[in-house]
Amino acid sequence: MALSAQQIPRWFNSIKRSSLITAAQLRNHFQRPGQTWLHGLSAQPQVSSDNCFLQWGFKTYRTSSKWNNSSQFTKSSGQEINSAQSTMLPSVNEQSQKIPTFDSELSLEGLDDVPPLSPLQPISEQEAVRIIADPPLPPDSFTLRDYVDHSETLQKLVLLGVDLSKIEKHPEAANLLLRLDFEKDINQVLLFLKDLGIEDSQLGAFLTKNYAIFSEDLENLETRVAYLQSKSFSKADIAQMVRKAPFLLNFSVERLDNRLGFFQKELELSVKKTRDLVVRLPRLLTGSLEPVKENMKVYRLELGFKHNEIQHMITKIPKMLTANKRKLTETFDFVHNVMSIPHHIIARFPQVFNARLFKVQERHLFLAYLGRAQYDPAKANYISLDKLVSVPDEIFCEDLAKASVQDFEKFLKTL
Amino acid sequence: MGAAGVARLHGLFATYKPPGLHWKHLRDTVELQLLKGLNAGKPPAPEQRVRFLLGPVEGSEDKELTLTATSVPTLTNHPLVRGPAFTSLKIGVGHRLDAQASGVLVLGVGQGRSLLTDMYNAHLTKDYTVRGLLGKATDDFREDGRLVEKTTYDHVTREKLDRILSVIQGSHQKALVTYSNLDLQTQEAYEMAVKGLIRPMNKSPMLITGIRCLHFAPPEFLLEVQCMHETQKQLRRLVHEIGLELKTTAVCSHVRRTRDGFFTLDDALLRTQWDLHSIQDAIQVAAPRVAAELEKNLRLGLGTQQLYGPGWQGDNEGPSPALEGWTAGGAAGG
Repeated sequence: MALSAQQIPRWFNSIKRSSLITAAQLRNHFQRPGQTWLHGLSAQPQVSSDNCFLQWGFKTYRTSSKWNNSSQFTKSSGQEINSAQSTMLPSVNEQSQKIPTFDSELSLEGLDDVPPLSPLQPISEQEAVRIIADPPLPPDSFTLRDYVDHSETLQKLVLLGVDLSKIEKHPEAANLLLRLDFEKDINQVLLFLKDLGIEDSQLGAFLTKNYAIFSEDLENLETRVAYLQSKSFSKADIAQMVRKAPFLLNFSVERLDNRLGFFQKELELSVKKTRDLVVRLPRLLTGSLEPVKENMKVYRLELGFKHNEIQHMITKIPKMLTANKRKLTETFDFVHNVMSIPHHIIARFPQVFNARLFKVQERHLFLAYLGRAQYDPAKANYISLDKLVSVPDEIFCEDLAKASVQDFEKFLKTL
Repeated sequence: MGAAGVARLHGLFATYKPPGLHWKHLRDTVELQLLKGLNAGKPPAPEQRVRFLLGPVEGSEDKELTLTATSVPTLTNHPLVRGPAFTSLKIGVGHRLDAQASGVLVLGVGQGRSLLTDMYNAHLTKDYTVRGLLGKATDDFREDGRLVEKTTYDHVTREKLDRILSVIQGSHQKALVTYSNLDLQTQEAYEMAVKGLIRPMNKSPMLITGIRCLHFAPPEFLLEVQCMHETQKQLRRLVHEIGLELKTTAVCSHVRRTRDGFFTLDDALLRTQWDLHSIQDAIQVAAPRVAAELEKNLRLGLGTQQLYGPGWQGDNEGPSPALEGWTAGGAAGG
């Protein structure tokens, strides 16, 4: 490796090159370029043709700062390298610490004719030791694994708990993170989030979802927080909302205002109850409003609940507003028609809409087989719906069905 | 967890498919649960890599730099950078069940998928309990299908039903021998036929090796059917034809598979048991039995190659003795 690495500084020091070096010329200059170069050269055409690969190129090297190996990495070197064919060179620049005069050597004139380096040329021991021949960073990649050891930003994010394997699935997100500087951009956003009340342990999950917050202006974020506070959301409320719905602060003030107004008008609840609802389920504000409108119509027209019943159900289980319409109707069909439970009792226990249908079906059929399916509060041996759906299997078998878990399993195998 | 966990995850196991669930959703749910179990393990220790860094030589006065090998931490294989260790598993499904039917569904994981092919080629019989309803006829022979005809059924008695079932069984018995392509003139084939051990070892239409009525309470009746090369729709059509033979009409309200080859209801895992440990234990418990049965079938198949036809079978499994499930089912239905 020392031999191949030796060629690199000599080559740069001796050759004035333009930015339009073709790959062929590069290959000519390197008889034994070392495996790393060839790999890069040969890999490039395949890589660039694949759509899913990230086209980070070397534009990133212009703005990112903290790279472990390079000591003096200036912006001008990046600017001179424009064409894709010359992308191999800056990677070398990364590795060799011994080329501070790299930029001055490069010029935009033509390529002068210089005799190629011979690998057999002897160099001093000191020079040999100073050559650093780490493999070059790949110009394109589909994963952040290749860059994490060379970027302090990425390392600090991983230590915070950000899941890079999820972020690298979005190419623009990965590009953004690579270009950011931890001290300048990320630190401020993190301090802002901590001021909001998000704990250190929760920052990782938040940033994994909402990496776009780094491209937001700090003043905008603070305006939105001020707006929420003006609507009498307490600090703890806002922290909880931001934690549960990470995209909340990416919404502009007008959008937030519109959505809060929509919920107030649609649900016709008091201001305090709307506020509690939104704090419990903040993704109502960030999600689409169409399913909410649809579900309100379903409850009123298709299922036949009265308005005050719907309001009561929603304040108890806010998730009902965003539930799947088909599952809602199937569950209601079973509960109302097969279990013969009237509307007012369902309205008192909206948890049935939150439970899996097969669970309700299995438990009801077991109780019916045992003769214990009694859901009328007026009569004896009454079984309440919320206990039916929410308790775990052992407690259900023991307390409600008064049978053993083995009997329940045997019964399930007869269905 | 990972590597050790996946090493124990090769083989066949049986699940109980509940009614209303598509068999593909079952397979996907099982795969998700297995992946969850495999990926849940304690995170690995932080790794290090060796890098040669420039630094001053120790014990020398002048500022000579030399390369020293140092171990620096690396994050390349950190779980948050690499992602979950397992992202997919190869799980195959044996004889399928349609969405409305329920019962034993055999799945194969990893190397066990080739055993699924062996099971298919063994042409073993399957047991079903079929629940029928007299008095209606629908277009797809199911209770909730489009109604075509309604009839009375007061004239139907248990004896008439039993007589029809024995006629069906007799005609299928003859078909069993025909489709097995065995030359009955040989002594061995004759002895096997006498014992009732002949069955076809290649493709054939649905054949019923045994059928009887477990419970008769008009309009409902419960049949136990042992068959091979069937689909659940053909079983429902069978109920419809039984109704026609009885000079009335019948629809099928439920089809439940109680045995698939050598996997019975006791081996089947319920929905709450679809997790890594239960499945690994089930595979381990079933492995010797699976190996023995498949080997026996293979041996007999090769042995009877001499007998003219494409060989044949092991012992035809008799009616399953596990009746406690049925009495509960019968009581629930009756």
